[in-house]
Amino acid sequence: MSLETIEPPRSRTRRRGVNWEKWGWLYMRFSGVLLVVLIFGHLLVNLFLGEGVKAIDFAFVAGKLADPFWIVWDTLLLWLALIHGANGMRTLTNDYARGKLRVILLVALAGATIVLLVLGTLVLTTFDPCIGDATTDALIEVCS
Amino acid sequence: MSSQAARSGAATAVTIRAPKRPAGTLYRGREGMWSWVLHRITGTAIFFFLLVHILDTALIRIDADAYTQVIGTYKTPIMGLGELALVAAIGLHALNGLRIIAIDFFSWGTKYQRVMFWIVIVLWILLMVGFTPRHLMHVFGGE
Repeated sequence: MSLETIEPPRSRTRRRGVNWEKWGWLYMRFSGVLLVVLIFGHLLVNLFLGEGVKAIDFAFVAGKLADPFWIVWDTLLLWLALIHGANGMRTLTNDYARGKLRVILLVALAGATIVLLVLGTLVLTTFDPCIGDATTDALIEVCS
Repeated sequence: MSSQAARSGAATAVTIRAPKRPAGTLYRGREGMWSWVLHRITGTAIFFFLLVHILDTALIRIDADAYTQVIGTYKTPIMGLGELALVAAIGLHALNGLRIIAIDFFSWGTKYQRVMFWIVIVLWILLMVGFTPRHLMHVFGGE
């Protein structure tokens, strides 16, 4: 009955299949680093430079989205940020909600995330900068 | 022998008072816990803003004037102050997120988690000192 008779495990216990929690954990860190760059860039251009928030209207954003650079930037922002945020909210839901409420919240979270990813991607990929009045030089050049 | 027994008997008679507050728990209290709390609060706030922001931006695909009108509400004083709070939340979440990454990926990370928290706070204050006056001028400065 001595404790020494209990054998230590010879190898790490391993569950079958993909370790989703590990990949989720890694995703939060790698997307986090990219999001620091993408979001600070987004805030710099939209809230800090020039007239800041006062300058934002259709022409301002359409002028940006007429350039593929910003379409790529905003698409990366959409996917990385929304999945990062949704995964964070999943963590909080698992921590603070129990039973049926937890399942309802997780389903709602997944539903909202998928709908917004599809909506946002469609907006960015099918955007037409010429549906409004071309009031800036950049838009006049693109839309004439 | 008898004196030893008497001494140990005396030792057991000493009452140890329970602390009024829980203390000495690894993750309770101090910088480690508060950075964790702040990370959760700011993350939740940013998430709900993101949901709204994707929806309001989606309007740009449909109607140019409607988009300009809706984004115009971002320029009102109350929303302007809201943007200040948003940038504060994002700044703190971003800087503390980098601190978490340093703790997780570098061997020296855990040892310096506390000093890194204060570095985060200092950088965050500098960020807000740079952003706040300019943003308030944009919102309240007239044309």
